[in-house]
Amino acid sequence: MIRFETRNAPPRALTVGVPILSALVALALASIPLAFAGANIPTAYAEMIKGVFGSKFAFSEMLTRATPLIFTGLAAALAFRAKLWNIGAEGQLYLGALAAVAIGAGAIDVPAFVLVPLIIVFGAAAGAAGMAVPTLLKTRFGADEVVTTLLLNFIILIFVQMMLEGALKDPMSMGWPQSAPILDQGMLPQLMDRMRIHSGLIMALVAAGIAQFMLARSVWGFRLRAVGENAAAARHAGIGVNRSLMSVAIVSGGLAGLAGVSEVAGLKGYLTADLSPGFGYTGIVVAMLAGLSPVGVVISALFIASVFVGADSMSRAMGVSSYLADLVVSMSLLCVLIGGFFARFRIVRTISEVA
Amino acid sequence: MLRLARLNPMENLKILSLNALSKRFGSVVANDAVDLDLHRGEVLALLGENGAGKTTLMNMLFGHYLPDSGSIDVLKDGVMTPLQLGHPQAALAAGIGMVHQHFTLALNLTTFDNVVLGSEPLFSWRRDRAGARAKLQGIMKQSGLEAPLDVPVGQLSVGERQRVEILKALYRDARILVLDEPTAVLTPQEADTLFENVATMTKNGLAVIFISHKLREVLAFSNRIAVLRHGQKVGEIATKDADERVIARMMVGADTPITPRENMAPGAPILTLKDINVRGRSKRDGLSDASFSVHSHEILGVAGVSGNGQSALAGLVSGLIRPDSGTLSVDGNEISRPDPLAMINVGVGRIPEDRHHDGIVGAMTVAENMVIERLNDTDVQTRGLLNRDSIQASAERLTKEYDVRGPGSDAAARLLSGGNIQKLILARVFDQNPRLILANQPTRGLDMGAAAEVGRRLLEARKRGAGVLLISEDLDEILGLADRIMVIHDGHLSEVTTRDREEIGLSMAGEHA
Repeated sequence: MIRFETRNAPPRALTVGVPILSALVALALASIPLAFAGANIPTAYAEMIKGVFGSKFAFSEMLTRATPLIFTGLAAALAFRAKLWNIGAEGQLYLGALAAVAIGAGAIDVPAFVLVPLIIVFGAAAGAAGMAVPTLLKTRFGADEVVTTLLLNFIILIFVQMMLEGALKDPMSMGWPQSAPILDQGMLPQLMDRMRIHSGLIMALVAAGIAQFMLARSVWGFRLRAVGENAAAARHAGIGVNRSLMSVAIVSGGLAGLAGVSEVAGLKGYLTADLSPGFGYTGIVVAMLAGLSPVGVVISALFIASVFVGADSMSRAMGVSSYLADLVVSMSLLCVLIGGFFARFRIVRTISEVA
Repeated sequence: MLRLARLNPMENLKILSLNALSKRFGSVVANDAVDLDLHRGEVLALLGENGAGKTTLMNMLFGHYLPDSGSIDVLKDGVMTPLQLGHPQAALAAGIGMVHQHFTLALNLTTFDNVVLGSEPLFSWRRDRAGARAKLQGIMKQSGLEAPLDVPVGQLSVGERQRVEILKALYRDARILVLDEPTAVLTPQEADTLFENVATMTKNGLAVIFISHKLREVLAFSNRIAVLRHGQKVGEIATKDADERVIARMMVGADTPITPRENMAPGAPILTLKDINVRGRSKRDGLSDASFSVHSHEILGVAGVSGNGQSALAGLVSGLIRPDSGTLSVDGNEISRPDPLAMINVGVGRIPEDRHHDGIVGAMTVAENMVIERLNDTDVQTRGLLNRDSIQASAERLTKEYDVRGPGSDAAARLLSGGNIQKLILARVFDQNPRLILANQPTRGLDMGAAAEVGRRLLEARKRGAGVLLISEDLDEILGLADRIMVIHDGHLSEVTTRDREEIGLSMAGEHA
């Protein structure tokens, strides 16, 4: 007979080892569909690695792809720590992007040192508002935030499409549903010549550092952890549970909004309805893989971005579908969930009963 | 009070023997080679502190756990035959019945249906209701257990429900009945009725194992006492040779110091409730027109059977519940919008009933749990950042001062044992020198040493000038600590002037004597 016993405290090696192992197992499992697609497996993996580390350009592309994932991963990780299930980072990302073009695409003409901070603040505020509303519905009326934030994603996306066909449509776009470009002085500075990598990455890394520090060392982080781990005891101890939830909702939504800002004002320059290939949802995987640790989010975002960029380049080189990347990302989430089970429980074999 | 006739067990016929039963859970030895015999018609009291191994032993007897070693013999057709271990069905067939502390009844079914449920064949065209009814009525007559047969169990009182549980076991021809803390949910009068019934049943040959930690009952109603400590049977004694002190020493392994209670004149009122009404979850579990004061240098005990408004009262004083009407004031100042922080800030220390659920955040460290109620204090934070050194230092001091034992102050609080979790909460509360202490079931589930420590701290606070509101279902605890006693029943509070158990018991049952 096999039984599962709860571990008292998961050993440190397991809490770090399980996500790493899960990621590797997910990568290894990818060889099965690769074999079905008829690819030479060692070559395929070599192409994948080359696609990320093969050149300065490849590496900078990976970092560019990781930037929004760090933001959305942080958004999910902080909210989840408080057991506030923000599934709406995708929508909040679009709200942030929408605010960025609404302010930055010619509405006001001010120098860069005013316009860039304005865009950042308004983008974050729009994302924060996008999470504050479902949180208010939760604390006031008990509406399940999983449902409301998920459904808001679609509502927001349709709203963005409406704006792109209407008020924010670029008159010079020859009919394409896209916004006017952000003014030059509104764009985030580039980090390297002739590369797409931009200072949104620096913002994301700083945000991760601040989040890590605040979570461990501030009273705000203390309250957030207490509310997430045992809301009843937190309430009994005089912690305002609803206030804590609202404050983490604002931070989480704000971070997701910054993902949108950085994509629009750092990379694309204008807003289209296909700005995000699901960065908001992938952020949930990033956060789970990171064990909801802000510093871990950075590492897991880099891993997942590598998988995406590497698989892209492999699929171009070998003629295999690039959907493989989605497969690896999904499998790594499954692996980390299974791995988390083994980190929390130990398996005990008991001698079957003697009659 | 009724006393059991100390008859010699009929013929002294052995019907059950547990032989060297052992059970380990990981590194914990729950039972270590425990021997126990049971004779026809006797009441054997099984005593022991929490975690002494009483429940594990009974679970092995009932087939829920498989022993690591040892055997069980049951009398069958005149010979002792080994019982198949690890099979509840075998235990049932051998005539072993168990009444758990938490009843396993279907509230929407009648007494009759609850009793016959599961004893009828699953696939059968017709039920032999008349036969079953006749058998059940026979049992009721013989045992003296009375309960209305055709009323849904949900409408019965707690005492009646317990009788239904016993009837269920007897209906399945139990010859050995295990009662797990049967009086925990009963008023003193209901408990007396139970013991009268037990006396009748044992006269008819039933053997009873009676699990309890109330020494008074054990001494009054058993023939023999077996004491477990740390998984081992440390003693067995005929009840007529025992007294409270002897048994307590057997249970704990040493004499427990009892803090003498000094007489003290109460001072000014600290907590005052005036015409408070709270709607509870059910009709009886609220508060109606509650008006009273707790004074300085005073312990006010609130006695009552659980579910009569205690949680509303505790929630109110903790700041978790706002009254629907009436006023609550501390030191003469009305608390207009009570919430937990407001109560903490006016000096109310709270010891919650469910210490795991409301008392600690198990995943956070012992040190963090020590400061969780005073995050705004200047030694805890500076401009929003935690002062980790000072938090750590105060945790070190408090764990030493209050003897909180565990893997250390930076380990997760859930790793502490129940008694040490309570010590953590005591440290957090008492270190703030509260004006008023709400102690809700403060010793529930604690061993005697830890319980004595709680009592000592409460008396110490009273001496210092604090007021204590002590809510407890343990009448002995209230009689031992309280200066004044109120009884809560159906959400009504009434002060009793007597210290007589019988009279207080009548008030607890709602009968104003």
